[in-house]
Amino acid sequence: MNRFAYASPATVTEAAAATGLVAEAMVTFDESAVLKAGGIDLLDLLKLELLTPSVVVNLRAIKGLDAITQDAAGNVAIGAMATLSQVAEHPLVRGSYPALATAIAGAAGPQLRNVATLGGNLLQRPHCWYLRSPAHHCLRKGGGHCFAIHGENQYHAIFDNHACAIVHPSTAATALVALNAEVELHDAEGATRRLPLEDFFVGPDDDIQRENALRPREVLTAIHLRKPASGTRMAHLRQGEKAGFDWPLADVAVVLAIGPDGVCREASVVLGAAAPVPHRARAAEQALQGRHPGEAAAGDAARAALRGATPLSLNAYKLALFETLVRRAILAALA
Amino acid sequence: MPNEPEPIRHFRLNGRNCAVPAADHTLLVETLRETLGHVGTKQGCDGGECGACTVLIDGVARLACLTRTGECEGHEIETIEGLAAGGRMSRLQRAFHERLGTQCGYCTPGMIMAAESLLRRDPHPTETAIREALSGNLCRCTGYVKIVEAVLEAAGAG
Repeated sequence: MNRFAYASPATVTEAAAATGLVAEAMVTFDESAVLKAGGIDLLDLLKLELLTPSVVVNLRAIKGLDAITQDAAGNVAIGAMATLSQVAEHPLVRGSYPALATAIAGAAGPQLRNVATLGGNLLQRPHCWYLRSPAHHCLRKGGGHCFAIHGENQYHAIFDNHACAIVHPSTAATALVALNAEVELHDAEGATRRLPLEDFFVGPDDDIQRENALRPREVLTAIHLRKPASGTRMAHLRQGEKAGFDWPLADVAVVLAIGPDGVCREASVVLGAAAPVPHRARAAEQALQGRHPGEAAAGDAARAALRGATPLSLNAYKLALFETLVRRAILAALA
Repeated sequence: MPNEPEPIRHFRLNGRNCAVPAADHTLLVETLRETLGHVGTKQGCDGGECGACTVLIDGVARLACLTRTGECEGHEIETIEGLAAGGRMSRLQRAFHERLGTQCGYCTPGMIMAAESLLRRDPHPTETAIREALSGNLCRCTGYVKIVEAVLEAAGAG
């Protein structure tokens, strides 16, 4: 690890101003100043010397950034510095957004969840082993090609994988995109903006060297969730190679708004570990909308979810895995 | 900053005041093992995947390989060395010993500290809760059954 100076500003605005390009482990690997939230992914990148900042800006000293609150209308805001343990165990989250609580409780191991933050989790770099390997100068690091497309790609993307085959690393993001969450961003002038999390993530076709739309001198401060409409059902399911701490091979979040007549008004079906960003399966959503969801609709939606997939040499197994998970997640949401 | 002295960090270690030099990039696992000679805490994967370096910080299980020593300023650190009061094994340590919850021993300090944090929160955990609490700790001898039995015994349910 290189030597770096360590700063602990007291406000978000100071933190934004302290860095040219901010967020934990953000975007390009050669920035001079980076923000530190929990510091999990950041320390990994520092140890690999994929990131060699001159300044690490700690966000922990900023008060209130870990608050989880509900407004009068019932909407919930989760501070970006809330730890994964705090979020997964919080009664507001467990009560109104159980799919998010499940997704987060299954992320990493308990020791990491005690430190890792929701904001840092959304901004962590992908875990593609070629990206993480100092020996591979891949596209995302400014190199000439994607090593995964013709290499060891068993854990890589099955959608939108023609340029760079990373999968998005956050399971929390799968649930948050299905819940139509928004992120709040705070800049060095003190201004804030909000945008849907779905639009915050950037795929390789838009920019191969970044994974999100965070601008220089901006800090992710909160995640906003709307109060679920009555009749909302949801579930998150994951499948890994082992039951304990592991990255998922596939994970699925389903959020269904069921009317009093039992008809599905709205459906969100989002696949994680499937594409460079959380993958919204629109055809699966259409297969559910306007129907009385049950076994038949779940099966149709599951098949539709995989339409258009372009598996690589070693990851076609994910097609069957996702089809089963989508069907089970729909049925679990309805149960 | 090549020749600047490293700042002194103050924290409590196993109930005693501790003042050690550590740079901003120094990790707690390095300070414990290399500066303080507390080699009970193991450095396994050094990447947050194996749990061998689990310690308690203010009673919460954390990984010493992903904690900078500078962040420990003013906090209470507990390591495996702190459990055997007066040189006598704790109930949990004795259960690992008697139930053969230890094979090569490398994962054991992390397993015990993760289990210790669970038993403080939940003195009578279910087997499911034990498996969940130990899900961030790898045993490459694959001795999980006896490890879970040891924790159950320490909780009075063995």
